[in-house]
Amino acid sequence: MSQVERYLLSGDEAVAQAAFDAGVRLGTGYPGTPSTEILEHFAELGGRAQWSPNEKVALEVGLGAAFARARALVTMKHVGLNVASDPLFTAAYTGVSGALVVVSADDPGMASSQNEQDSRRYAVAAGVPMIEPSDSQEAYDFTFAAIELSERWGLPMLLRLTTRVCHSLTVVRRAEAPSAPQGPRFDRDVRGRVMIPAYARPAHRRLRAKLAEIQAWNETSPLNRRIDGDTGLGIIASGIAFVHVREAATQAAVLKLGMTCPLPIELIRRFVQSVDRCLVIEEGDPYLVESIRAAGIPVEGKAEMYRFGELSVGRVRRILAGDVSPEPAMPTGKPPQLCKSCPHRVAFDAFHKLDCIVSGDIGCYTLGSLPPFEAMDTCVCMGASIGVGLGLRHALPDDQARRVVSVIGDSTFVHSGITGLVEMVYNPPRTGHVVVILDNGTTAMTGLQEHPGTGRTLSHEPTTKMRYEDLARSLGISNVHVVDPFTAPDAFEKLLKAALDSNGLTLLIVRRPCLLAAARIREYERAADCAAGIPPA
Amino acid sequence: MIADSIAVTDRVTNVVFAGLGGQGVLKASDILARAAFAHGLDVKKSEIHGMSQRGGSVTSDVRFGGQVHSPMVPEGEADILVVLTPEEVNDNRHRLRAGGVLITPAAIDENALPGKKSLNVALLGLLSRHLELPESRWMEAIRATLPDKILEPNVRAFAMGRACRIAD
Repeated sequence: MSQVERYLLSGDEAVAQAAFDAGVRLGTGYPGTPSTEILEHFAELGGRAQWSPNEKVALEVGLGAAFARARALVTMKHVGLNVASDPLFTAAYTGVSGALVVVSADDPGMASSQNEQDSRRYAVAAGVPMIEPSDSQEAYDFTFAAIELSERWGLPMLLRLTTRVCHSLTVVRRAEAPSAPQGPRFDRDVRGRVMIPAYARPAHRRLRAKLAEIQAWNETSPLNRRIDGDTGLGIIASGIAFVHVREAATQAAVLKLGMTCPLPIELIRRFVQSVDRCLVIEEGDPYLVESIRAAGIPVEGKAEMYRFGELSVGRVRRILAGDVSPEPAMPTGKPPQLCKSCPHRVAFDAFHKLDCIVSGDIGCYTLGSLPPFEAMDTCVCMGASIGVGLGLRHALPDDQARRVVSVIGDSTFVHSGITGLVEMVYNPPRTGHVVVILDNGTTAMTGLQEHPGTGRTLSHEPTTKMRYEDLARSLGISNVHVVDPFTAPDAFEKLLKAALDSNGLTLLIVRRPCLLAAARIREYERAADCAAGIPPA
Repeated sequence: MIADSIAVTDRVTNVVFAGLGGQGVLKASDILARAAFAHGLDVKKSEIHGMSQRGGSVTSDVRFGGQVHSPMVPEGEADILVVLTPEEVNDNRHRLRAGGVLITPAAIDENALPGKKSLNVALLGLLSRHLELPESRWMEAIRATLPDKILEPNVRAFAMGRACRIAD
């Protein structure tokens, strides 16, 4: 066969492959479904990939690399972009000297997330151009494009994926990389990169001028394309919605948008003028339809009921038919649960038994909210367990305040629980407080990734291990206990009871490796011992 | 003579797999996707991970043919539904088109399986009887997907499924 070799890749793998093929020097991120596999695959291919403690740090490290003229890739799930939004907004002002591609993987329908926020709003708010692939081939091609555009305009680029793009396998053909990366070098640019007000004011104007140029470029960009068809109905779509549209409306003329910020308004205007009526079909928020209407172009959108959840061919057919009748309820299936001998169970049994008010967090252990435990009362965002628990303690009458416990996993604690612990010491509630770290030695929920507390890098190589007990003691918390839930199952409940009854500040660390990770962890430890010349025990 | 065999042509074939986390639903759909891919077809496979290792319901969609658009099998358009555990049949039956084929573990003698984790591949053997993909493509996909140490029992499980009698 003379054709280029075909690969069957997920969207995540395709982004990683393109980053590798384009000579991306550094990939950083924090694990989060559905984005996690990008950096893992990038590392497997031989790229340099690192988990950061959280997305903010990941973006800052990527930005630094891009200041040094390197190509950098930063990956996260949509809610991670909230954490990284602080550097993102100002990175748009400073710009970059190399390439900076920020992947945000949205989760419409919330297959494994706490909200279904639409990242496209961030592109507009931060003034960062955004491109949206529809399948793995585009995930590959658009990653190249993002790198090219980032270098051309010296701006970070948002590559917005969604769950079905990240996790679907589709056919990919690789291509020649855009151009060779530049050699890394530091060029001093104080006015360009030090965002004091005097330098930031002109930087904002520079950003808006660049965005105007990019918008003009996007009017004829190859990232957008028109599929000719029956002009009775024209459809504008982007991302995964496009492939559903192609199946549900095979005859319609379609304008497929690849770069959705800044929008190619004149291209859209011409398309709308060329069809009798035009319908915008997009997943999530009515971002495209509102922006297009704001430009004075008459288009129709979907009914509000289709803002919720994922789109599908069936739902697109309903939108096309103007069907707003209630959708049939789908069977929800069997819910997931904590593994049968999960070490977290011991903690949730105790919370349930002692009738605790449990301020929870994000991870496998959020399953402690479901039967048989029903031992979680709040779960908001990464790290919120500690702050929310403290707030409850401050406001509740003493007898109820004494029942409040904050529970957080090890990876989540490193991600954004540390500042909560500092808050606890700085502004202690009158009744004290109890923080429980469920330390299973891995980021279990997203598929067993390493983090600073495991003492191993993304590629499972040994590195400095962070110790939560030492950190807590250094902050001035004197009641710090480490419990093994398997060898001393009663000890946890006793310690918890004593801590709740005291007015002090307590950190309980429940330490036992995740059952799914234990064998692998032993393997990594053996390999590390072997490399260090330590004979097997 | 293969009953109800679906010709693998330009027409898009839709297969949905359903089961519980840990049963190998995603592995099974991976093997089918790779077999169809090796046959030179356009393929899309879609699933929801995330909670799959925690014992909850898992489904995976595989579509292949001349050109596939959406990676998700539209509601009620599955040609074949492969269910790995009887308790998931009712919740997923709505995925099947009228006249579609339902494949369940009932057809397999689970005690005779060469490994307790090979039910997924045995059901692929049975599925293979309904699709006109050459056996060599299936073998290629199984070898590419499964680690060497569990290959042999799975190849036998596939053969066992493929040898099952199909009710007319």
